[in-house]
Amino acid sequence: MPANPFHRNCPDIAWCPGCGNFPILEAVKEALVGLNLDPLSVVMVSGIGQAAKLPHYLSTHFFNGLHGRALPVATAIRGANPNLTLIAESGDGDMYGEGGNHFLHAVRRNPNLTMIVHDNMVYGLTKGQASPTSQKGFQTPVQFHGVTSEPLNPVALAIALNASFVARAFAGDREGTRDILKAAISHEGFSLVDILQPCVTFNKINTYTWFKEHSRVLPPSHDPGDRKIAFARSLETNPIPLGILFRETGRPTFEENLGIFQSDPRPLFQRWPDSARLRALMMKNSVFA
Amino acid sequence: MIVMRLVILYSYLSKGLGKIIEEGPLLRESKIHDYYSIVLSGAAGSGIQAIGEILTWAFRLDGFHVFSSGEFMSRIRGGSNSTLIRIGSRPVRSWSDAVDLCIPLDNQALNHVKSRLTTDTLILSDHATIGTGAYGLDIPLTAMAAETGKAIYANTVAAGAIWGLYAGNFEHLGKAIEHHFAGKPTETLEQNRLAARKGYEFSTNIRLTSSASFRFPSPPSAPHPLFLTGAEAVACGALAGGCSFVSSYPMSPSTGVLTFLAQQAHEFGIAVEQAEDEISAANMVLGAWYAGARGLTTTSGGGFSLMTETISLAGMIESPMVIHLAQRPGPATGLPTRTAQEDLQLALYAGHGEFPRILLAPGNLEQAYDLTRRAFDLADACQVPVIILTDQYLMDSGYDVEPPDIPQIPGKPAIVKTDHDYHRYGPGPQGVSPRGIPGWGTGLVGVDSDEHDQEAHITEKAEVRVAMVEKRLHKATALLDLAIPPEWIGPIDAEAVVVCWGSTLEPLREAVSGLAKPNLAILHFSQVYPLHSSGQALIEGKRRLILAEGNGTGQFGRLLTGEWGTHWQHRLLKFDGAPFSAEGLRQALVAILQQEVR
Repeated sequence: MPANPFHRNCPDIAWCPGCGNFPILEAVKEALVGLNLDPLSVVMVSGIGQAAKLPHYLSTHFFNGLHGRALPVATAIRGANPNLTLIAESGDGDMYGEGGNHFLHAVRRNPNLTMIVHDNMVYGLTKGQASPTSQKGFQTPVQFHGVTSEPLNPVALAIALNASFVARAFAGDREGTRDILKAAISHEGFSLVDILQPCVTFNKINTYTWFKEHSRVLPPSHDPGDRKIAFARSLETNPIPLGILFRETGRPTFEENLGIFQSDPRPLFQRWPDSARLRALMMKNSVFA
Repeated sequence: MIVMRLVILYSYLSKGLGKIIEEGPLLRESKIHDYYSIVLSGAAGSGIQAIGEILTWAFRLDGFHVFSSGEFMSRIRGGSNSTLIRIGSRPVRSWSDAVDLCIPLDNQALNHVKSRLTTDTLILSDHATIGTGAYGLDIPLTAMAAETGKAIYANTVAAGAIWGLYAGNFEHLGKAIEHHFAGKPTETLEQNRLAARKGYEFSTNIRLTSSASFRFPSPPSAPHPLFLTGAEAVACGALAGGCSFVSSYPMSPSTGVLTFLAQQAHEFGIAVEQAEDEISAANMVLGAWYAGARGLTTTSGGGFSLMTETISLAGMIESPMVIHLAQRPGPATGLPTRTAQEDLQLALYAGHGEFPRILLAPGNLEQAYDLTRRAFDLADACQVPVIILTDQYLMDSGYDVEPPDIPQIPGKPAIVKTDHDYHRYGPGPQGVSPRGIPGWGTGLVGVDSDEHDQEAHITEKAEVRVAMVEKRLHKATALLDLAIPPEWIGPIDAEAVVVCWGSTLEPLREAVSGLAKPNLAILHFSQVYPLHSSGQALIEGKRRLILAEGNGTGQFGRLLTGEWGTHWQHRLLKFDGAPFSAEGLRQALVAILQQEVR
């Protein structure tokens, strides 16, 4: 078997042994190679946190930017060059906390990119504080008496916003995760893949075992084309449904809606404003025209 | 009263046409006679802006230079706003406090501009609308508008009345109305033309029965063919600089640039997106540059504050970035629709950590176009953020200009096609690495906000950290090589120098040109950071150094003191939200020049 072109030799990976990030990294690489993508056509955009280091551990273009800001960057890259395959990837604190507003608006814009969230219900790199998806009562050094806020339900939120592709995976199921990722990356439009993932260091509640016991793959009878059913499913918390909850194809994408690639497919770096047109535009203001 | 006023105006214009008085005692104020100021005042939504636009067009058709500028309250309806139109036989480019003719559309409007009126001001108003306290020439604007079928066209009646007093060719006013209402239903156009005609005939009658002449002399030179506002100048400059991507969140007074570019997006094939907040806007701009586009964001102080972390990211990933920062008075929401030069310090220090940056500050519309165009090349050449500092006054002012230079190929990006062993942060001249982008070449392009090695992978190795800091700081030498020198205006041996930056240039130029034998020069900085070294030699050893800027602490003055040890004898600081006026500056300079040198 030929080596995976997305594989990168990394002698020093900054993740804890047994971290759920490892199977996610493998699933991402398998999905990319499974789709026959060229590493030169893929851009990974991430924020800050342990999950956000993933782009350093595979072989693609990458933009490892600011905490919470992967989605605006990825959206703009798609808008500047629709020939590139875009993945915005980070943790739950990054994507749903710091970057929560961008999540809402990325869904509305529907850029053709895949948002992958490593959802371990806790902050890792800042050492164990609550995340937006932490469950009520979860105790941390800061939420000393337990989390009191309602946990954010990313898949219900995305379906409520009418995201065109919404899925949930479990890092403990590498093949299932890979297949969902393949479907998400192939989807023409915005896709959210929320990946449940244990944090072996800071979350002693939501462990591999806990996730196994509290999740179930959606039955084959589930119709991802039915938004109401998808929304009802997305509200289920025990067991948490895994798989593609909702999918709608044929929706215009952000880059199509820019209205500038229909007549000229060239990416922006290959074009610049027309000087004659600019002259004509300015002369419109001439009283002597 | 009106007769006298008209005669005075005529005599103003027929005399020396603004030649600076050569004789007389030093420092005596000489009047500028070749500009005529019309001020229209009314509630938001009352149509004063429309009168301003129509008259600007009409006076330009008549061959005059026109300057227009608006001041308004932060509200959609009501309140009191005003539009200034200055008509000149010479180019006119500055705000003025003088009001030769004032048209208040309601009682509040009259009170709003009262402090600017003198006994020489001709007031034209509808006394029935103004009510108690009305004075000056009475003209039934509303009643005549009602005769056209729509009382809201009182503003167009006023435009016609002004044109009648001036004895303008009605055909020119008609053309201006047509231009203004282009695309509107024929009925709207016709009703407005009728409204203008009524106002025109009414005031023509006044003019004829008072047997006074009200013609400007023929202008000495044809006006420039274009008319641009500051917002249009920045937007056109961006297009000329190859801007292909714009993302912004609306904020006064910067929104005009976004609006203009959004409306041209399809025509020019550029991507324009209104972001959910300024953080997103700034990050989108970095994403666009990363993918090879030339990105711009336009904002004001509050939005810029939200962008500061992203500016630091631009510093770390060595991305070009262009930010237009249209200043307004702060702190916080401040005076949202007023003007200031308060954000120099913010722009200078925005973003944590150390990295080079360029700050440009156009002094007028020509520079606004030119510097915005150059900002894209500078950002690309040095891989640094470039911040263009304008302000509400510059954004909302307009005048006629010569068509500016447009490069054959606007803004070809300074990028390289990558090889398979490409490293984004490899060595380059003056610390500037060849910039590759994803999707062009056979190399992988990574950027990272963490400290990184040449391939952009995270590192905490001290020797790599030191090398990368040195590389980023080394780019400052490239910035200095490309720095724009300050402009010296006036006798080279002047004993006194007024130092300014940004939009203070033109009011100051007019102020100084009105002084008799001033022995005074202006030094204007259109690049405020890093400073071109020539400035230091120009002000060294001068007897008097006067600082003029639109803030309360003398931010630019302190920057020069820090960089060059400059000592200021006088500081003219303005922070009331209004622009500097030529008259205000002139008075202040006269007072200063009469003082002994301390």
